[in-house]
Amino acid sequence: MKRQRQRLDVGARIDRGQRLAFRFNGKSYEGFSGDTLASALVANGVRLVGRSFKFHRPRGIYSAGMEEPNALVQLGTGAASEPNLRATQVELFDGLEAASVNCWPSVNFDIWSLNDRVSSMLPAGFYYKTFMWPTGLWMRYERAIRAMAGMGRTAREADPDRYDQTNAHCDVLIAGGGPAGLMAALAAGRAGARVILADEQNEFGGRLLSEPEDGETIGGRLAVDWVADARAELAGMAEVRLLPRTTVFGYYDHNFIGLIERVTDHLGGAAPEHLPRQRMWRVRARQVVLATGAIERPLIFAENDRPGIMLAGAARAYLNRYGVQPGEKVLVFTNNDDAYRTALDLNAAGIVVPAVVDLRADPQGSLPARAREAGIEILAGHGVVGTKGRLRVTEARVAPVSDGAVAGPARTISCDAIAMSGGWNPAVHLFSQGQGKLRFEEARGVFLPGNTIQANRSAGACNGAFPLAVCLAEGTEVGALAAADAGFGAPVLALPETKEAEEAPMEVVWQVPSDRPPGKARAFVDFQNDVTTKDVKLAAREGYRSVEHFKRYTTTGMGTDQGKTSNINGVAILASALGEAIPAVGTTTFRPPYTPVSFGAFAGRELHEFYAPIRRTPIHAWHESHGAVFEDVGQWKRPRYYPRAGEGMHAAVRREAIAARSGIGILDASTLGKIDIQGADAAELLNRVYTNAWSKLEVGRCRYGLMLGEDGMVMDDGVTARLAEDHFLMSTTTGNAARVLAWLEEWTQTEWPDMKVHMASATEQWATVSISGPKARNLLAELTGDFDLSPDAFPFMSFREGIVAGVSARVFRISFTGELSFEVNVAARHGLAVWTACMTAGEKYGITPFGTEAMHLLRAEKGFIIVGQDTDGTVTPADLGMDWIVSKKKPDFLGKRSLSRADTLRSGRKRLVGLFTEDPKTVLDEGAQIVAEPRDRPPMKMIGHVTSSYFSPTLDRSIALALIEDGPDRMGQTLHASMPGRTVPVRVTEPVFFDPDGERMRG
Amino acid sequence: MPERYLRQSVLAHLGLESRAVDDPGDAGLVLCERAHLGKVGLRGDPADKAFLAAVEKELGFALPLRPNTVTAGDDVTAFWLGPNEWLLAVIPYEGTPLAEDLVKALAGLHAAATVLTDSRTVIGVSGPAARDVLAKGCPLDLHPSAFPAGSCAQSLLGKADVLIHLHDGGARLDLYVQRSYADYLWRWLEDAGAEFGIAVLGD
Repeated sequence: MKRQRQRLDVGARIDRGQRLAFRFNGKSYEGFSGDTLASALVANGVRLVGRSFKFHRPRGIYSAGMEEPNALVQLGTGAASEPNLRATQVELFDGLEAASVNCWPSVNFDIWSLNDRVSSMLPAGFYYKTFMWPTGLWMRYERAIRAMAGMGRTAREADPDRYDQTNAHCDVLIAGGGPAGLMAALAAGRAGARVILADEQNEFGGRLLSEPEDGETIGGRLAVDWVADARAELAGMAEVRLLPRTTVFGYYDHNFIGLIERVTDHLGGAAPEHLPRQRMWRVRARQVVLATGAIERPLIFAENDRPGIMLAGAARAYLNRYGVQPGEKVLVFTNNDDAYRTALDLNAAGIVVPAVVDLRADPQGSLPARAREAGIEILAGHGVVGTKGRLRVTEARVAPVSDGAVAGPARTISCDAIAMSGGWNPAVHLFSQGQGKLRFEEARGVFLPGNTIQANRSAGACNGAFPLAVCLAEGTEVGALAAADAGFGAPVLALPETKEAEEAPMEVVWQVPSDRPPGKARAFVDFQNDVTTKDVKLAAREGYRSVEHFKRYTTTGMGTDQGKTSNINGVAILASALGEAIPAVGTTTFRPPYTPVSFGAFAGRELHEFYAPIRRTPIHAWHESHGAVFEDVGQWKRPRYYPRAGEGMHAAVRREAIAARSGIGILDASTLGKIDIQGADAAELLNRVYTNAWSKLEVGRCRYGLMLGEDGMVMDDGVTARLAEDHFLMSTTTGNAARVLAWLEEWTQTEWPDMKVHMASATEQWATVSISGPKARNLLAELTGDFDLSPDAFPFMSFREGIVAGVSARVFRISFTGELSFEVNVAARHGLAVWTACMTAGEKYGITPFGTEAMHLLRAEKGFIIVGQDTDGTVTPADLGMDWIVSKKKPDFLGKRSLSRADTLRSGRKRLVGLFTEDPKTVLDEGAQIVAEPRDRPPMKMIGHVTSSYFSPTLDRSIALALIEDGPDRMGQTLHASMPGRTVPVRVTEPVFFDPDGERMRG
Repeated sequence: MPERYLRQSVLAHLGLESRAVDDPGDAGLVLCERAHLGKVGLRGDPADKAFLAAVEKELGFALPLRPNTVTAGDDVTAFWLGPNEWLLAVIPYEGTPLAEDLVKALAGLHAAATVLTDSRTVIGVSGPAARDVLAKGCPLDLHPSAFPAGSCAQSLLGKADVLIHLHDGGARLDLYVQRSYADYLWRWLEDAGAEFGIAVLGD
């Protein structure tokens, strides 16, 4: 294990008592609690952390935050491995394992860095140009490009981690817990508002965490102590929720905000089992306060991408927050006063600062003055015009610059790091996501929040307010205003005193000139995607004037960092190349997420058993314990068949069907939809929604009904019973229960509001045990003495109420199998008891449970349709040969008008018929296409298809139902069904195969 | 009375009785199945004084007419579900007599009563983390300022439709859920509540 040779001995917000071992690219290192992976790597002197996406150039840690374009790592191994994490955001834990992405075979020797040698052949738009020429080679290029462009790897295995999601509501959501966000939270919290304060860091404080120990004070307290006080006060407020390690990633309409909380990522293997890895928050906020800070803007200069070149604020963060030296000789390069803070802090820590190179001709602020006092050389009116060093920067070439050109000879300054600053860009991402309009300020070259259309306010650095005192003041103001707008008036908070040095104006410089020949020295704009100033200018020359086209053509800002450090510079250089003003070019659209969010977090717990609810009937436990094979019908689990030992599906279905035809079969029909319909107009409602007439149905009787859509196509069917003069119980197909109820509600609420009728879903109130077969009456007689079961006393299509198997029941004498059948309905809580009682009493009759497969076979033998199987939304009653159920007398019913359209009346429609295969053993595939003449060359004319197909044990041959053009006119014809690899001759027949007169079910 | 011993609770297959404790200890989420509560669906026109009077006479108290409010007597609780829809929860379990009495009382009026005892079950939820657990699957604001004690609301919890009733005092919630979604909902609650610790109480 190597010593942390860049680690300072004292200070910073790390715990030197807690050593954490970790591995990076296969080597072992050690860091401290409080480190990020990036700070621990810097502490260990690891400079080279990754390779760029296109040229595979060596790259080092560039930032200390979420804007990092270079230090992308693959974290962990195996199933939980995650690609493309920013090392600057990964909190160090004991046992952490990480590797660079995007380099092969290793970060030190990357074979694809050959791309860098031929970079002139890989200009902007290279990818698109390969589409164009040479023709046909694209597919070959594509494979190679994919291989070298891979950005980390996703795990092959299922993600073993748990992800949580939650909804939340608040009066004020505050994004960002720096000085402005904390003040806003205090102001809103003290007013009594419900507040959520979210910050992506492990602790609140924002940029104050990077202050030196003897740095800024707030209200006479050290900044970090003031932060601790504020945090403690907020934690004590019952209505304030503090969410550290939580990124506000998406700002949607109506102040709907997405947050991602990293609950246990920082704990590694020590994460408690009961906690989710991450939690997504879906927040509805009355008011939003954006206090998202600012992102430092890089200076764009020649050869600016060598490891060791980093943002000045990041260098300061590594020094003060993490106690590591960003280098031993750190050159500072700036166009503003803020970078002097970095120079001063480095100098105070004993790190050599060979010079501050300042693009401004005459920096005279108080911070440069302090630097001069400290003996730091200031090279005013100078710029870095080139650098050297392969795997790390070793020297900078510095020359006088004026009016955008090199104005004198360069000299060489030896250094192992360059801390540079081009100013700060307010983080307006969330504001812009929320459809707020941005405005451009020339003096600092920044986009600022302009008009908003949602209930939000920006405060602090994201609003362009960089001085600490202004951050605090703005935070206080917007926190109080947000609370007031949410209904919580508040006394104005006294502002704590600050003593921050004032900054002199910066000088906006978008591109530092170079003395190197233009073809030789590249200045990178976008580090992740290797976009150079040359590429930007090329895009402008090639006619890409729209910023959105420019972005896609050059891929500026299209990496996983979404151009946090590159977009504004890219836009400015494009504007300059086009000769336009920056606001005229504008920015590309900011879209969620602000930083990448795991797919797992979006999935939440909607996986496996929670992906879709599984609905089970009251009798399910019995089916399960008797070996039923289940089938999904909507969300329901229904027994498909009950195989005995060694029995396959076909044998089981055959046995079950024979039992129902010869003895007794028993079926769980509880899933069928039931709608309770009451009211004086209940019969009239049925008249309007079914094709047949209902007014004259007697109380105690049942009737089959066919329901059509407005287009005249069959929508649902089922049996409805008249329980009382103004009370009906409608049954629907299993899958359509909710749809039919919604259909009835829609019509009665919107078109027929005067109808006196009410509906209620009663599906789940009842368990339905259907007994079917010649012995069904014998069995029922044993279970009830309450009513006369004789055919005359209890005729087909009627119901009786009484005690069955000891409980109150309603028994319908209806049949879907074509056998003598009774459907026993009991309160659901008694379903299992009644089923069991039937099984016990039925044993002597050989009672046999049958599943949906046998049910489908039995009804197909009878030619009974299944809506959704034998119909597909294009089938009219006439197409099914069911004109008999369409009333000619009723003035109207839903779908009636459509039945007289030319198309529904024309000949040539597909109509239901039966099919017999020539070979009775051959069972057709459901869905098989029917042709009249099999020897035609393709394309053949399809004249229909098989809708239902079974082997019928009763008929000892296969049967099928099919929809065939003018089918009923083709009786006896031989047609051909297309099956895989062959055609099967079939004969058209009537669709009722068994007991056409219905003597069995009526008997 | 055979009906009583033949009945089976919706969540019987989960073996909740064997997990039941007397004291939930420091569990953040406390669950129970309130299996044996009668339920009657009631529809009628709130502008019809005869309807309101007939129901009030039968129940002994007036129906709630403000959205998402609840009124109750000794054995019956009435939930506002919609402008012309209520759910009555009835103790004891056999809600049928009440429904039959209501049907008689409402004869001749444009109103309907439907026994729904078995169509839904009730999962009782309490414990300090109860609202946090519900928030994971329910988009409604359940903060006391938006959802005070004694109110009810219909919403989604995970992928199940629920009627949420926050009892007076605000410490106990009842979730009315369709029978066939109860197993899903119970498992969902156990999964969502796992981080807070879970205790099961007897009915």
